Parts: sequence; C-alpha cells; structure tokens
Amino acid sequence: MPQPNAADATATSNPGESGKTATPHRNVGRTLPANLAEQEALTRAQQGDHQAFAYLYSLHKRRIYSLCLRMVNNVAEAEDLTQEAFLQLHRKIATFRGDSAFSTWLHRLAVNVVLMHLRKKGIPVTSLDEAMEPTHEDGPGKSFGAPDLSLIGSIDRLTLEKAVADLPAGYRLVFILHDVEGYEHNEIATMLECSIGNSKSQLHKARLRLRESLHSVVRLEARR
Amino acid sequence: MTTEHTQPDPQACHEFQDQLPELIGSGQPLGDHPHVQTCENCRALIRDLETIAEAARQLLQTEESEQEESSGDGLWERIDSAIKAEEGASAKGSQRE
Repeated sequence: MPQPNAADATATSNPGESGKTATPHRNVGRTLPANLAEQEALTRAQQGDHQAFAYLYSLHKRRIYSLCLRMVNNVAEAEDLTQEAFLQLHRKIATFRGDSAFSTWLHRLAVNVVLMHLRKKGIPVTSLDEAMEPTHEDGPGKSFGAPDLSLIGSIDRLTLEKAVADLPAGYRLVFILHDVEGYEHNEIATMLECSIGNSKSQLHKARLRLRESLHSVVRLEARR
Repeated sequence: MTTEHTQPDPQACHEFQDQLPELIGSGQPLGDHPHVQTCENCRALIRDLETIAEAARQLLQTEESEQEESSGDGLWERIDSAIKAEEGASAKGSQRE
C-alpha cells in the first residue's frame, strides 16, 4: 500500500456542489476545493475504498495526533492513541451520517479514545475535583495585592506549550478541550461525566495555574 | 468606563474571584462589574486570563498546522497493518460461518 498522500486524491469537483466551499486544501489540486475532495473520499471510504481511507488519514492525522499528544503529554502514547482513533474510524466510518461535519465527528471520536485510555490508566476523569486537582496548598491561589507584570505580548508558543504540559492532568484536559479545541462547557461535562460547574471551575483553575507559571517566566525574562 | 485606582480590598477581591468561574463561564463582559471598575488587581487578573485564553486559541491552534509530522509515516504502516489484520480476521470468521 503506498503512503497516503493528499495529492493522490482522484476526486473530481461536482459543479452542482461548488457553492459549498471556497477553501482549497493546500495538498489537493489547485482547482479542487478541499471538502469536495474529502466528501468524495469519505463516500468511497464508507464503501470500503482503502485508498480513500488513506486519503482521509492524510487530511486529519496531524490534528488528531496533535490532540492526542496534548491530552496525554507523551509521544509514544499519542502515537498509539492516534492509531487507535483511526482504527476506530475505520470500524465506524460507515455509520457516519453527516449530522455534523466529518472533522467534528472524527475529533469527538478521538477525544473519546483518549478519555477511555485515561480511564483505563486509572486517571479518573469522572471525578476531576477529587482525584485530579492538586491539594489545596499547591493549587492556584487567589490574586491579591499589586498587579504583576502584564502577560500581554509576552506569551510565545513554546512557553505556553510547556506551561500547558506542566498542568495537572485534570486541568490540562479541560483547558485543551475548551480553550484550544473549542468545546463548550456542556459538551465537556458530558464527555468527562462531570457537572458544568465542575468544568468551569477546572478551566478557571487551569488558567490561574498557567498565569502563575507564565508570570514566573516573564519575571525571569525581566531580570535578564 | 470609570477606572479608579484604589487599594484592593482583599475581602472584596476574594468574593469577586470566588464568582469568577461562573462569571467567565457565562460569557458576560466583566468590564462592567462594579468590583472590576474599582480594583486594578482584579482588572489585571481578568486581562491575564483573557490573554491566556486568546493565546491558547491563536498559538496552539496555529501550531497544529505548522508542526512537523511527528507521527511520521511509520504510524500509517501500523494502522494499515492493523486494518488488514482486522479485515483478514473478519473474512476468516465469515468463511467459518
């Protein structure tokens, strides 16, 4: 089987659907809107076309791997979870009915794979406050006194990545799902089987913890 | 918006910050909150929290499209093999039936 390559897509544009999209995928032929190619590949993959499935993999692998890596913070586990997500996709792709965008559906499938993995590992994502929150003493504190240096304009990607990676697992999960992946609190509450208030509280504490961490970096930079 | 610079009242800050997860989660603008209008400390806190949320959206989502393909081609080989193994097992099961 050749390596999946988005440029291998042989889907052709359907003029009748041309109004659906305007953003061509960078790896697809210049005249082929991305989601038309994806739609064709999706239809074919649902019928058992292996090449079409490989094409879907090539379109979505980075985002799914990136999601897994952020959630588990471990390269080997992230690769295993990406593999499991695409295996599950292969098993379930025929059940996709288009009620949501395919990318949204796949994304949710991958999140569920990661959450299942975390539960198997014994990280109780169902009880965030009790089991995943740091002790009261080392949790993020309230902010009193004179304001610290502002974070505006002082956060770079690597610093933020490291700060997020250093978050306790429960904080990191909710922060990534909400602030990076764009899920709403009610969706997160459903996924993590916790209350909406719990999700809001975890997100707030995650941001407070990140603030402390990022301020430490800013203060260090200011001293240099 | 009135922005008075007064010494923060720790008790008022405490009460306001206790409500923050809900206030932020509700999506309402916090700039109009009476405490925020009089407390530079809590204004700075909110500014930082908003900066962090915005940075997460901007920096971490951009990273996805720019990052190296860390997962590499080897991963596809693994997935491909696993799919074929599943299909082979499924075919054998069908033959037995």
